Amino acid sequence: MRRMLAIYGKELKLYFDSPIAYIFIVVFLAATSWLFFRTFFLVKVSTMRSFFAIIPWICLFFIPAVSMRLWAEERKTGTNELLMSLPLQEWEVVLGKYFAALTVYIITIALTAPLAVVVGVLGAPDWGVIVGSYLGCLLLGAAVLAIGTFVSSLTTNQIVAFIISVLAVAALIIVGQPLVTLFLQGPLAVLVPYAEWLGMANHFASIARGVIDSRDLVYYLLLAVLPLYLTVKSIQASKVD
Amino acid sequence: MIEVEHVTKRFGATVAVDDVSFTVRPGEVVGFLGPNGAGKTTTMRVITGLMYPQAGTVKVNGKDIWADPVGVRQQLGYLPETTPLYEEMSTLDFLKFVAAVRGIPRRDISRRVDEMVEVCSLQTMAYKDIGELSRGYRQRVGLAQALIHDPPALILDEPTSGLDPTQILEIRKLIRRLGQEKAILFSTHILDEASKTSDRILIISDGKLVGEGNPQQLAAMATGEAVYSLELRGDAEALVSKLPPYFNVTSRQTTPEGASALTLACSEAGDRSEELFDLAVSVGGKLLKLSRQEATLEEVFLRLTKGGEA
Repeated sequence: MRRMLAIYGKELKLYFDSPIAYIFIVVFLAATSWLFFRTFFLVKVSTMRSFFAIIPWICLFFIPAVSMRLWAEERKTGTNELLMSLPLQEWEVVLGKYFAALTVYIITIALTAPLAVVVGVLGAPDWGVIVGSYLGCLLLGAAVLAIGTFVSSLTTNQIVAFIISVLAVAALIIVGQPLVTLFLQGPLAVLVPYAEWLGMANHFASIARGVIDSRDLVYYLLLAVLPLYLTVKSIQASKVD
Repeated sequence: MIEVEHVTKRFGATVAVDDVSFTVRPGEVVGFLGPNGAGKTTTMRVITGLMYPQAGTVKVNGKDIWADPVGVRQQLGYLPETTPLYEEMSTLDFLKFVAAVRGIPRRDISRRVDEMVEVCSLQTMAYKDIGELSRGYRQRVGLAQALIHDPPALILDEPTSGLDPTQILEIRKLIRRLGQEKAILFSTHILDEASKTSDRILIISDGKLVGEGNPQQLAAMATGEAVYSLELRGDAEALVSKLPPYFNVTSRQTTPEGASALTLACSEAGDRSEELFDLAVSVGGKLLKLSRQEATLEEVFLRLTKGGEA
């Protein structure tokens, strides 16, 4: 546990010692705030729905940018050789790095709280929905980040890691949407419920309604744990071949 | 104590390390010598548990890389070949990080880091980012992280590469000092370095151990062997045909002055110069030059690593 914390501390330090974390945070806040306030005062309804609706799409690009360096950079510069010569289990390194990146994301999300305050001051929003939506953001981010971590562990190139992560997450987001399910006709129609279950946006929308359903929690938990497990396996496998 | 037992490591079809076994005892500095690409780094990576071999095992102080890889790494300090370090971190932060991962108790960390900064003369660089350090200082930071937990065994992959002569001497001195109690395996492709720094030398070539012994023993493998070079005016053909069987003509040229320049390898011990002189006289030739050179460690190395061509 202490060793994992040391990894966590190191990764967090690397995020905040370099401009990366600050650039991410500023860009994320600027993009979300602008997209939110563009319509907020026109619609004249005190709700954050339009804000949370764009979160999956912002996360699609924002989180792979946070996770792309986690492993790819270490492999590129060779520091993973030093890291792996330290007395660490693979999962300790994987989790330490993952939670550091998750912390960057959580800080960013937390910094959007003033938006909720603005909405609260101007009207009477449904706080249950807002709290649920924030929980949805957290779960969504945790899952996307895990996928990004896994992809990053497969390559030495950060750009490749970024693009593959974005593609993988985009596929997961749109697979449950009408855009895809409408094409599943005839004998393929049996796949529709599965595609809908797989779709990340559906689960996000369900939690964002303020309803915490255990099926959504299980979905996100699975989507966070499985890629991390695969990351551990991919690192172990790279030592054998 | 590092025990390497029948380690074989393949990458696809290429065999990087082929059935290598050796031990490094505490208080012993072992030089791991071989040309580039001979399998030194791969062997060291297997010892540190960075990769697993297809066959064989490594034990460090009784801990096995298969059964207890973390235990093995706890016993080891490792300096990777190109000293990869976190460029954005300062020297102090980096050493503190390594100390924490190495399980040094929190209250001892700063004291231990200060000690390492002192031992490796990093005082002036303590607050600088590692990315700003010169090659020599980076190497010292690499050594500091390898030593911070006072490990009983050290694996140093080309610890002196890229350093200037003064720094090389310092590092060698440090290795010798540490080697009084620790088991140290260090790799190099510089023969002189291996013979000056280590108690024992292992020579590896194409993944196989081809020679082992202390510098004197290895040099002894060459004694009795000498190379004679001579210049003869006269019938070189006759001289060559009359040479005793323990002479072997390795090169033959004609000098601009029209004499024959011969290089002979001799496998018999002792100085055979007089014999050659008499021979030259007997074929009616005149010796313009005759010199004898004993085989050096260098030649043993070349012979062992090139399968006897040299």
